[in-house]
Amino acid sequence: MPPRRVFLDHLSATPVLPEVFEAMKPYFTEAFGNASSLHQHGLRVRDALLKAREQFAAFVHAESPDDIFFTSDGTESANLAIKGVAYANQRKGNHLVVSATEHPSVLNSVEFLEKQGFSCTRVPVDRQGFVNPADVHAAITDKTVLVAVHQVNHDIGTLQPIAEIGKIAAEKGIPLYVDAEASAGWLPMDVQAMGASLLSFSPHKFYGPKGVGVLYRHRRARLLSILHGGVQEGGRRAGTENIPAIVGGGVAAEIAQRDLPGRITHTARLQRRLWDGLKARIPYIQLSGPEPGPGRISTSLNISTEFIEGEGQLLLLDTKGIAVASGSSCVSKSLKISHVLGAIGLDHALAQGNLILSLGKDNTDEDVDYVIETFAGIVEKLRSMSPMWDAFQMGIIDSVISPRGQGKSFAEHAAAVSGKK
Amino acid sequence: MSDYTLYNEKVMDHFLNPRNLGDLSDADGVGEVGAAACGDIMKISLKIKDGRIEDARFKTFGCGSAIASSSMATELIKGRTVEEAMSFSNQEVVNALGGLPPVKIHCSVLAEEALKAALEDYLRKHPEKAPKILVPAK
Repeated sequence: MPPRRVFLDHLSATPVLPEVFEAMKPYFTEAFGNASSLHQHGLRVRDALLKAREQFAAFVHAESPDDIFFTSDGTESANLAIKGVAYANQRKGNHLVVSATEHPSVLNSVEFLEKQGFSCTRVPVDRQGFVNPADVHAAITDKTVLVAVHQVNHDIGTLQPIAEIGKIAAEKGIPLYVDAEASAGWLPMDVQAMGASLLSFSPHKFYGPKGVGVLYRHRRARLLSILHGGVQEGGRRAGTENIPAIVGGGVAAEIAQRDLPGRITHTARLQRRLWDGLKARIPYIQLSGPEPGPGRISTSLNISTEFIEGEGQLLLLDTKGIAVASGSSCVSKSLKISHVLGAIGLDHALAQGNLILSLGKDNTDEDVDYVIETFAGIVEKLRSMSPMWDAFQMGIIDSVISPRGQGKSFAEHAAAVSGKK
Repeated sequence: MSDYTLYNEKVMDHFLNPRNLGDLSDADGVGEVGAAACGDIMKISLKIKDGRIEDARFKTFGCGSAIASSSMATELIKGRTVEEAMSFSNQEVVNALGGLPPVKIHCSVLAEEALKAALEDYLRKHPEKAPKILVPAK
């Protein structure tokens, strides 16, 4: 058994709060009804649905609980937002504007639409991952029917200038869809201040259950259903509602709203401690995305450690009880580095050595100190196994992070030995 | 060890306790190759005496299965003649490791390529041995 268990992958999942679990329990057993039924069993859960809708409406500062739609998860919400708005506005136009660092559920939905005759402009980001609102403005044409920009980047934590983009979209009369998967529960959420016509998030990112996604949609934004069946969710999403998860998610949202200032302060302090500690302890390590502060979400760090690969780091950390994620190609099933790291122009060698650490409310100072010490040992071990570390010591290749001005670049060296020109 | 593992026990063992890690200062052949697909890099060094591989070492920049593949490949080829080693196949690594996930088979291919590159380096330095051994076309 490792001496300590530290969960640093809160962007993938969080444990359900005891209060949330308690609130869900009756809806598995005695309150098992279907919300579409007209008898007592149905009416009881219909009330529970309405209450959750009100909790989520308050959570995002929506005008009305009728603007809240339940789906199965973030991916379905993104599919519904992108395809639903595109299909509903086909007479008006066929052009979409999205940022280059959106989640795959957004980018792949757009790609699907392109095969059907829609067109899309992918707005690039700068080296820290920021979208320039002027670029969004320039990308909009008279055929544009939707603008989609996430609030916070899932991989590198960049906080986008959403309110500015919202203003541009409003001036042009085009709905703005905001993917808030990486931010909901960890940042104040106000769809009116953002100028968002659509916004989606998942409670399992903030101590709610998996199996439910929430899509906010202002009634002025036209939306066609992409799932065909019964008339649930105002005809916008057919299928029996996952009542226990919706109820639990509503409670998680209420608690997240109540505890938000404390959660932000806590994670921001640990984020600072973790990054300062890693930087001081490990040479040739780099942060992707903005420095901890106003441009970055308080929960995550995206680090690249030079001359070693990310999957090995992840697996060795796991044997020490530390759970993290990675954007390295070796971790991906497609053998490609994270498209976000590509979009910010990160050197491939650094993308290979990538880890994503995401903090939660229950992490402690001791956790952070344990991670720093443990990781330093792992880096040393993997470097002792790496031919690239040797090549750097011998001056054959140079460091990307702190160049010494001698030797080839890692990329040149890798291309030479892999037979690529 | 943890309760659940991404790879099977054998692969995890070779990743966590790699055999033949390092370099050979008096190597007779050194091969370094990179995988175009993922970006991993592997280096194998060989000590060859009387046409037989006496010792092998590896260094790898890559994932757990790349490290395990190179560890296993160096284990397997020690004691083989150069001629035998020239027909070494990645499948031997996969079998000896008790299987690799489909997306990780290319790691074993990289180990085979690093070994072949080291053998070719040896034959370049010792052309008198080459006529006897058919160097496969790349």
